[in-house]
Amino acid sequence: MSTTPTETGSPKRRLGDLVFANLTRAAGLTILVTLAGVALFLTIQGIPGLTAGPADLKGHANFLGYVAPLVFGTLLAAVIALLIALPLAIGVALSVSHYAPRSVSIVIGYLVDLLAAVPSVVYGLWGIGFLGPRLVPVYQWLADHLGFIPFFSGPASNTGRTIMTASIVLAIMVLPIITAISREIFVQTPRLNEEAALALGATRWEMIRLAVLPYARSGIVSAAMLGLGRALGETMAVAMVLSASGIVTWDLISNTNPSTIAANIALTFADATGVQRNALIASGLVLFVITFAVNFGARSVVARYETGSPR
Amino acid sequence: MTDLATPPETHAHVPLRHPRLPSYAPWLVVGLAAAAAALVGLTLGWSLTGIVVLAMVLHVVGLTVWSRAVENARAATDRLVTSLVWVALTIALVPLVSLVLKVVTEGAAELNGRFLTWSMRNVVGEPGGIYHAIVGTLLITLAATVISVPVGLLSAIYLVEYGGQSRLAGWIRFLVDVMTGIPSIVAGLFAYALFSLIIGPGTQLGLGGGVALSLLMIPIVVRSAEEMLKLVPADLREASYALGVPKWRTIVKVVLPTAMAGIITGVTLAIARVIGETAPLLIICGSTDSVNFNLFNGQMASLPVFIYSSYTQPGTNPEILKGMAWGAALILIIIVMALNLIARLAGKFFAPKRGR
Amino acid sequence: MAKSIDISDLNIYYGDFLAVEGVTMTIPARSVTALIGPSGCGKSTFLRTLNRMHEVIPGARVEGKVSVDGQSLYDAAVDPVEVRRMVGMVFQRPNPFPTMSIYENVLAGLRLNNKRLSRSDADATVERALQGANLWNEVKDRLNKPGMGLSGGQQQRLCIARAIAVEPQVLLMDEPCSALDPISTSAIEDLIHELKSDYTIVIVTHNMQQAARVSEDTAFFNLAGAGKPGRLIEMNPTKKIFSVPDEEATEAYISGRFG
Repeated sequence: MSTTPTETGSPKRRLGDLVFANLTRAAGLTILVTLAGVALFLTIQGIPGLTAGPADLKGHANFLGYVAPLVFGTLLAAVIALLIALPLAIGVALSVSHYAPRSVSIVIGYLVDLLAAVPSVVYGLWGIGFLGPRLVPVYQWLADHLGFIPFFSGPASNTGRTIMTASIVLAIMVLPIITAISREIFVQTPRLNEEAALALGATRWEMIRLAVLPYARSGIVSAAMLGLGRALGETMAVAMVLSASGIVTWDLISNTNPSTIAANIALTFADATGVQRNALIASGLVLFVITFAVNFGARSVVARYETGSPR
Repeated sequence: MTDLATPPETHAHVPLRHPRLPSYAPWLVVGLAAAAAALVGLTLGWSLTGIVVLAMVLHVVGLTVWSRAVENARAATDRLVTSLVWVALTIALVPLVSLVLKVVTEGAAELNGRFLTWSMRNVVGEPGGIYHAIVGTLLITLAATVISVPVGLLSAIYLVEYGGQSRLAGWIRFLVDVMTGIPSIVAGLFAYALFSLIIGPGTQLGLGGGVALSLLMIPIVVRSAEEMLKLVPADLREASYALGVPKWRTIVKVVLPTAMAGIITGVTLAIARVIGETAPLLIICGSTDSVNFNLFNGQMASLPVFIYSSYTQPGTNPEILKGMAWGAALILIIIVMALNLIARLAGKFFAPKRGR
Repeated sequence: MAKSIDISDLNIYYGDFLAVEGVTMTIPARSVTALIGPSGCGKSTFLRTLNRMHEVIPGARVEGKVSVDGQSLYDAAVDPVEVRRMVGMVFQRPNPFPTMSIYENVLAGLRLNNKRLSRSDADATVERALQGANLWNEVKDRLNKPGMGLSGGQQQRLCIARAIAVEPQVLLMDEPCSALDPISTSAIEDLIHELKSDYTIVIVTHNMQQAARVSEDTAFFNLAGAGKPGRLIEMNPTKKIFSVPDEEATEAYISGRFG
């Protein structure tokens, strides 16, 4: 406990200080305990699911066989979402930090905040009710002309409820967080380095390549990982958009799609009973571990970067 | 100086003037690309999206090629990247515009007095209302706020005023960061597992939703409150200590009021962030067609879950329930936007008054 | 080779704010010209208009004429990128690129225009530039180490090497020694003496002794009052400025009565 300049006060005052200090510390400890509790309770409730038989696992022989296709779908959807979102997010972040005049970049900032504020269920609604149907002709075209690529082998979906659509919606949802972090770092690029590049006769893009991007590299990596973590755990957009059949396939545009852990829980929890629910909780634990690892990695990169090398 | 140090004998006359594109060139190309794309698109009967995509491609290619021809390769690359940055921005904002337009046009038709004041109890074959869902959402969010704000605020005070650089504080900071990344459905499963152990397997109740949401809300509150408390100048604290005020009273009477505007903003934004959460409530609160004011007993409807189940499991009258889902989505968006607006206004309204 | 700079009736604005007013002067080729004056008098702002670096700040603009070698810098057909290639700049604080080695730092400017630089040309340029900046002997064994690992004075000479590697005609220096210790300062001043045989050098300095030591000509800038624009008060050979200046304000500033 840190000491204060008023340590000479009456015992009564010190009692107040003691109580308050311990109260705040207890609140902090609550957070640690809660996080441990999440892991603990999921484990306790998940363990019966680990030994569940085929009857409770949609016919899969064991829990591993049940969860593996879901992990595949989760990773596939999240990685595609990241591939779409990352370049866009860097572009938007650069437009705010280095391209747009100040007044315009404030407006862009508000709009990106707005994008972040829309609830996921509304994105899901939009994805299934608006975006999906409009992507049907695109998928048809891809299946007809680029069908030799495994991703587009088809047959094309007639509803647009494909893993590709789900990934696009996910990309829109993780865009704000990647943008926000990248923008923060781009803005922090030391003015001196930018001016050094410009004074050598660099164009704006060359200045960004010489001074901004090298400086922001690890920040972009961690932003991408945080975005990935968000995409891995996002539930509703996928649950609503995807017409999931829980198979393993690289085909991104057909009616039969891999499901994701989160969407599978949301879609089947209400009708599940007994051990089936335990199995779902166990799959939730798997998701928790995956996202925890990704976020842990991302935060470690940020932490190393903040205390980082001489600058 | 050595021979090597001498620059080449003559600096030739380096011309500074090079052919350059006029300053309006990007806009000109935007216009031309849009016109060309519209012409092609309308002739071939494309959709608006197709025309816009073609226009963007034409713009990027056109400006780069023009610059390459008139200026030089470096200038062309610079213009290419500039165009790509603006295209990325446009692409990123198209979904936002499209989403808002869609929700407003579909949802506005649903709004009327009955929609906001009726529940869905015993409503069959006609539009009902979403009163039960609004009540549920407000109660669950209130519960989450009541749990999150004390824990989050006190933790933030610990981190800023007491923890400092201690190892415990470091761990709390790190885990709070990690906690922001917990998938919302995992929070729901946690609450479900917790209440299954406490009350009995399969328990679903409104309070559980509050617990699940608070798991998502606490890290946001801690981070924003910590930032705000750190902004309070050390002089203020020292001035108070110098008057013999104990540390805890200094924090309560001096530090917190100074940071209050920012804290209120942070809490409001945190509420806005969790009020639209669906997945945890689907697990722990279930859904019902009736109004339930009791957080401690029975399933409780909420707006997000209502939207989800009405659209994906519309039952016998799909058109009616799908329409209601859009209406509920509009209400939810209005609530979230209002909270964001309140957060910004609160920041201004409660800001410490300064003489200017 | 090195060129003189002609400035006539130059007004510098930030938005609507007139920062520097009515500067007319000729900066002679292959010599060192020092800009002195109290803080906020606009001498750094003026320096940055000589390679259009002030344009980095939104809303900055100029009226009047600046020409190097008879070519106006502010002509509509002139690209600031070309201007900055011809007029190099060294900043107040050393600013090597943190992620690059010493070798790559020197070549940074050259690589922009010449992507396929042969290894031998690159080596030769790096050696020539580092020799020119009196840094070669200190770093020749660790060219692949990060530039940030050098001492402050070495970093500043690295920045000078980076600036002269692109063979500019003019070198602008914005208080290049203000962040350095006396020994490093002396090394930079020696370097300035050597560089003036090849480059036109303009240096902003707060240190009047430094101006007296390194420059042939000195220009004195001053403010007419708080909120008023900065002006050029007088420009004369350094010897004259520091002994019998034309203006009373110059005399007052140099003898330490204000500033």
